[in-house]
Amino acid sequence: MSSEINTGFLKDKRLDTIAADILRPVGITQGFLVWMAFLSISLAGCIYAYYIQCDKGLIVTGLRDYVSWGMYIANFVFFVATSLVGMLISSVLGMIGFKWVKPIARIAEIIAVAFAAIAGLVIVSDMGRPERLPYVFMYGRIQSPILWDVTVVTTYLVLSTLLYFIPLIPDLAISKGRIGHTPKWLQSTYETLSVKWDHTPKQYQILLKLVRILLILIIPTAFAIHTVTSWLFAVTTRPGWDSTIFGPYFLTGAFVAGSAAVVIMMYFVRTNYKLEKYLTDYHFDMMGKLIVLVSIVYLYFNINEFLIPAYKLKTAEAIHLQELFVGEHAFLFWTVQLSGLILPIILLLFKFFRKPFPIFIIGTVMLIASWFKRLLIVVPTQENPFLPRQFVPDAWMVYQPTIVETAITMGTILMAVMIITVLVKFFPVIPIWEVAEEECHTNNDQPKV
Amino acid sequence: MSNNTDPINENEAQGNENTRRAFFKKFGLIGAVAATGGAAIYSGYRYEESKPDRDLVKVLTADNRLVEVPRDQVKDVKVDLTRLQKLGREGLKGHRWVMVIDLAKCRNARQCVAACQNAHHLRPYEYHINTLVMQESKSTAPYYMPKTCQHCDNPPCVAVCPVDATFKRQDGIVLIDNERCIGCRFCIAACPYSARMFHWEEPLMAEEDKGKVYNIELNVPQRKGTISKCLFSSDRLREGKLPYCVSACPNGVYYFGDENQDAVTNGTTKETHRLSELLRVNGGYHLMPELGTKPRVYYLPPKNRLFEFVDPREQNKNQEKV
Repeated sequence: MSSEINTGFLKDKRLDTIAADILRPVGITQGFLVWMAFLSISLAGCIYAYYIQCDKGLIVTGLRDYVSWGMYIANFVFFVATSLVGMLISSVLGMIGFKWVKPIARIAEIIAVAFAAIAGLVIVSDMGRPERLPYVFMYGRIQSPILWDVTVVTTYLVLSTLLYFIPLIPDLAISKGRIGHTPKWLQSTYETLSVKWDHTPKQYQILLKLVRILLILIIPTAFAIHTVTSWLFAVTTRPGWDSTIFGPYFLTGAFVAGSAAVVIMMYFVRTNYKLEKYLTDYHFDMMGKLIVLVSIVYLYFNINEFLIPAYKLKTAEAIHLQELFVGEHAFLFWTVQLSGLILPIILLLFKFFRKPFPIFIIGTVMLIASWFKRLLIVVPTQENPFLPRQFVPDAWMVYQPTIVETAITMGTILMAVMIITVLVKFFPVIPIWEVAEEECHTNNDQPKV
Repeated sequence: MSNNTDPINENEAQGNENTRRAFFKKFGLIGAVAATGGAAIYSGYRYEESKPDRDLVKVLTADNRLVEVPRDQVKDVKVDLTRLQKLGREGLKGHRWVMVIDLAKCRNARQCVAACQNAHHLRPYEYHINTLVMQESKSTAPYYMPKTCQHCDNPPCVAVCPVDATFKRQDGIVLIDNERCIGCRFCIAACPYSARMFHWEEPLMAEEDKGKVYNIELNVPQRKGTISKCLFSSDRLREGKLPYCVSACPNGVYYFGDENQDAVTNGTTKETHRLSELLRVNGGYHLMPELGTKPRVYYLPPKNRLFEFVDPREQNKNQEKV
C-alpha cells in the first residue's frame, strides 16, 4: 500500500455503482432478523449450559484429573489460530503488493476481530473459578506463559480492531448519503463513526501511513499470539507436547485454518449479497493457490513433528504415537490429516476445485478438520502421562466430552458468528474506496503506459 | 507585585494565630478528658479489688507455662486467615524437608492413602498420595510405588502458575493456595508426576467445613474449582509431628526428616537414620531425574522383598468373576 493516493476516484461515476452494489445488502432485513433470532435462541441455551457449569463445577464436563484440558482448550487454540488470517491477508500479502487481496482484506479482518474477541471468553469457559479472572492482573506472574498469552491476545485484538475500523472510515463517509434504505440509528452511527471525514488528500495520507504502521506492528503480534499459545503445551515435558517446533507448527496450522475460514465467508458474502462482481472466480482461484501453499508448509511441519519421534520411538513418545497412528485416536487422526491437509493440497492443484463452490466445500471440511486437529493436539498427550493411571474411576481413563461442554463450545462459536453477522450486515463488507480507487486508477493509468 | 504579596502574608499571620488558639483549646479538652478517664479507671480498679476471689481457670500457654486466668476473661482466639496465609507461605525456617520411600517394604496396604484422604477431606478416588503398581518392562519384577508430590526444587508447576497460587517455600515444600487459585489447571498439565488433583465438583465435606477458616498448610476447607495436592502435611510439621501418611504406614515404608540435619525418621519404627547413609547403603534414587525437576522425595529400590506380589487390580477382577 503506497502512501500516495489519487483521490480522483471520488468524482468518478464508477464509485456510485460500486458503492450502490456494496451498500445494497447493508441494513436490517427479514433474513438478518430471523438469522439473529436463531443465533440468539441457540446462544441462550448455551449460556444456560454455562450456568450449569458455574453452579455444579467442571464435573459437568468430560474433564478429569488426567485429561484436565479438553474441548475448551482445543477450542481456544482454534480461535486464536483462525484469527491469525487477518495478519496473513492484510499485512503479508497486502504489503508485498498483491492487489487481489484488497476486496477480501476486510473479510479477513472481520474474522480476526471476531475470533480474537471470543478467544478470551473461550479461555474463561475453561476456568474452575472464572470470578477470579481479575487475579491474573492483580497477582500476575511474568514467568507464566498465560500472562504472555493474555498480553499478546489483547494487543492483537486491539490492533485488529483498528485495522478493521480505520480503513472503514472513508467508506463510512462515502456511504453516509447512500444508505437511505437503512434505519435512522444506523445512519447516525455512520455519521458519528466517520469522524468528519471529508476525503482531503491530507486525510488519506495520514490514514495510509497509520494503516501501514499497524500492518507492520500486527505481524510480530500475530506471530506472538500463536507461538505463545503453542508454548502453553511446549513448556511442559509431556510426550507429544515437548517439542521445539511447536511455535512454527501452530503458526502454519493457523494459516491453513484461517484461509479456510476466509474462503467460507467469501462464499457466503458473494452468494448472499450478490457480490459476484467483486469477489470473482479469480479471487477464489487465488485463495485456492494460497491454501495449497500454506497447507504444504503445514504438511512439512507435520512430517517433522511426527516422523522424527516415530523414528526414535522413545518409550513415552512411542505410546503416544501408537495411540495416534493405530490406537484409540487413529481414525480421527487419519481423517483429519487426509481431509484437512493432504486431499485439499491435491484437489486444489486442479483449477476446477478452485472455483467458488468446490473450494467452499473444501474450505468447510478443512475448517472442521482443523478444529479436530486441535483436539488431537490437546487430548491424547494427557491420556498417556509418564506414570500409570490407576485406582481411579473408569470414566477418568478416557476423555468423553459431555453435552454441556459441547453446548458451551458451540456457544462461543455462535458468538463469533454473531459478531461476524453484525459487522457484515451493518457495514460495507468490501472496501468501497479501495476497490474504486483501484478500478479508476488502473483504468486511467493504463492508456498512459 | 509587592501589593499582591501583602494580603497573603496577612492571611498567613492570621492562620498562625488560629492554630495557636486551636492548640490551646485542644490542650484543655485533652486534659479534661484525661482527668475524667483516669478517675473512672481508678474507681473501676477499686471496685474490682473489692470483689471476692474470682472464678479462675488453668490455661496452658504457648510456651508451656500453666497459668490461671479469670473465667470471664477467657476468649476464644479467632483464627486469622491473614496470619495463617502468612505463616503458610513463609514455611518453617531452617528446615529442608525430605521423604524417603522404601519400595522394598511397600505391600500396598494403602493406609497412607486412607490417612491422607481422611486428613484432607478427600474422596476415596481423590489422591494426594496414591500407591501405583509399577513394572519397568515385561522381564522385570512388578512392585508397589507410593507416589506423592515430589516437592521438586525446580518445580514445573510453580513456574507456570499465572497467579502465584502454587509456590515453593523456604523449607522445600510446594503448597497450593486455594484462596488464590483460578482453576486454569496449567500446573496439572506441567506436572510430569501427575501429582495434582482438581476439585471438579463440591468437595466431599463442603457442608461440614463451611465457615471454617482456610488453613493453607492443610488445604482445608477444600474448594470447588481449585487445585489440591500433597502438602507434606505441613500442618503436622509445624506441630513437630510426622506427616499423616508416614505415621499411618504399618510396613515401615516411609522415612521423613530434615536434609539440613541429615536425619530421617521411619514413621512405623520411629527409628532415626542418617539420610546420606540410608541413601548410600540402599542405592536411593529420584523419580525421572532426567526431567531436571530435582525432587525432594527419594526412593529406595524394591529389592529383597519377603512377601508375594499381588496385583490388586487383577485381584479385583478375579473377585468380580467369582
